[in-house]
Amino acid sequence: MSHQGNVLQRSGRWVADHVVLGLGVLVLVYMFVPIAVVMLMSFNDNSGSRNVYAFQGFTLDNWSNMCGPDGMCEAVLRSIGIGLAATLVATIIGTLASFALVRHDFHGRAAMNTIIFLPMASPEIVMGSSLLALFVAGGFGGKLGLVTILIAHVMFCLSFVIVTVKARLAGLDANLEQAAMDLYASESTTFWRITFPLVFPGIAAAALLSFSLSFDDFIITNLNAGQTVTFPMYVWGVSQRGVPMQVNVIGTIMFLVSLLIVVGNMLATRRKTA
Amino acid sequence: MRRGKYTGYWLMLPAALWLGVFFVIPFYSLLATSLYDPEGSVLTGYDVTYHVANFWDAFAEHWDELWRSLWYAGVATMICAVLGYVLAYAIAFKAGRWRTLLLVLVIAPFFTSFLVRTLSWKLILADDGFIVDTLQTLHLMGEDGRLLATPVAVIAGLVYNFLPFMVLPLYASLEKIDGRLVEAASDLYASPARGFLKVTLPLSMPGVVAGTLLTFIPAAGDYINAQLLGSTNQRMVGNVIQDLFTDTGDYAAAGALSVTLMAIIVAMVVVYIRKAGTEELL
Repeated sequence: MSHQGNVLQRSGRWVADHVVLGLGVLVLVYMFVPIAVVMLMSFNDNSGSRNVYAFQGFTLDNWSNMCGPDGMCEAVLRSIGIGLAATLVATIIGTLASFALVRHDFHGRAAMNTIIFLPMASPEIVMGSSLLALFVAGGFGGKLGLVTILIAHVMFCLSFVIVTVKARLAGLDANLEQAAMDLYASESTTFWRITFPLVFPGIAAAALLSFSLSFDDFIITNLNAGQTVTFPMYVWGVSQRGVPMQVNVIGTIMFLVSLLIVVGNMLATRRKTA
Repeated sequence: MRRGKYTGYWLMLPAALWLGVFFVIPFYSLLATSLYDPEGSVLTGYDVTYHVANFWDAFAEHWDELWRSLWYAGVATMICAVLGYVLAYAIAFKAGRWRTLLLVLVIAPFFTSFLVRTLSWKLILADDGFIVDTLQTLHLMGEDGRLLATPVAVIAGLVYNFLPFMVLPLYASLEKIDGRLVEAASDLYASPARGFLKVTLPLSMPGVVAGTLLTFIPAAGDYINAQLLGSTNQRMVGNVIQDLFTDTGDYAAAGALSVTLMAIIVAMVVVYIRKAGTEELL
């Protein structure tokens, strides 16, 4: 091949590489357009108009008067509370289950692995209506509320916790624990000084995932909530009447806080490994 | 700790109980509900009368919505597969040191309220919005053409909401591919396109199968996009089930429709996995 051919080929490859990367970035942009719109609308001044789907003018009022709309902040706090409780329960029993599945042999382990996968592969509307059918059949049809929401949230968070912690646990170097034991560390010392710290990033990631799944769930919650209103249910309700701009403030805060946590977590692990 | 004979059972017990009581048993409740006597109500109670006709009624009355759900979810999944593959491929092979950052960006939208993001699509696609205006100026759309309340809006919403579920499994399987295999193909005079079709694509099939399932299943059951971005002509089966449960209180019909949806999805998944499994995976 001639020298010129090589140059052509190389520049062709450079173009091909960057076209793929460019297309990828375009897809990412598509994923971020709605978030940019949410951020923009959090500064929207729509006081003079009933149209909540157009930018009318800049204001900071939505931010300074965040809890203005009736019931919104109560719904947000309720969702945070449910999210924390569901995360706590799901993370603890899910982590125990991950240890059982990776470290222990027991009858029905393969079946358990399948059952754990199923909630992630079932449509929410089916899981939600099944749970409602159970509650109604059990005579709890009139008692739907915080407890039934919590039961549902722990149920769908569990699978995600188990899968996340299991992955971390399976990737663990067993030699480290063996070394601790060889140096006469007791089983509990080995667990708390070696195993747990090594698995912890997985548990933390699972907890984060649980919280965001719980905080954001609408379809299952709506079927099993009774009169209790979570933040997604509040948004659903106002979407039929007219959305207060403060909803966008909450959306923006959620985005920034989660980005902060994820990036902080990333930098922390990078510093530790470096 | 590791030596106790029953430790595994004890550790597994709480999660197994929770999933058993609140995930597995509810399916039986749902099945029972679907066989209720349709004359009952939440107040008077229902009798399980093995009223199989509920299924026939559900099917006959809501055939449109069922079919539409599968159709919208199928189109959305295909668009997701194309967009998701481009993005996952770019991150896995072309992003270099930006890889982690791009991955974080893929999951970041996931942490913002699903409903709030979907509502912002309502604004983007609004009748006097930027996109509709541009399309009208270019005469690609009539003067009173709309995007909202059309299948286009609903499918665009579905694609948007479930794209991360496609990208992550695709990335996971692309990242595992040994780059030397692609090099070997090119050493043997395969063009880049041929190398991709014969090496990279077949090796990434597990990711494609996982991604399409994780996108299709939630999309088929979703009703948020149809409700917020569509009109009554875009109602999906989820809308119907939700309304039957909460507004009409017709538990028998809602149960039958839920069971039907689940059965269709399970059947499709089994056929799909078998097809993809025997032809490409093995």
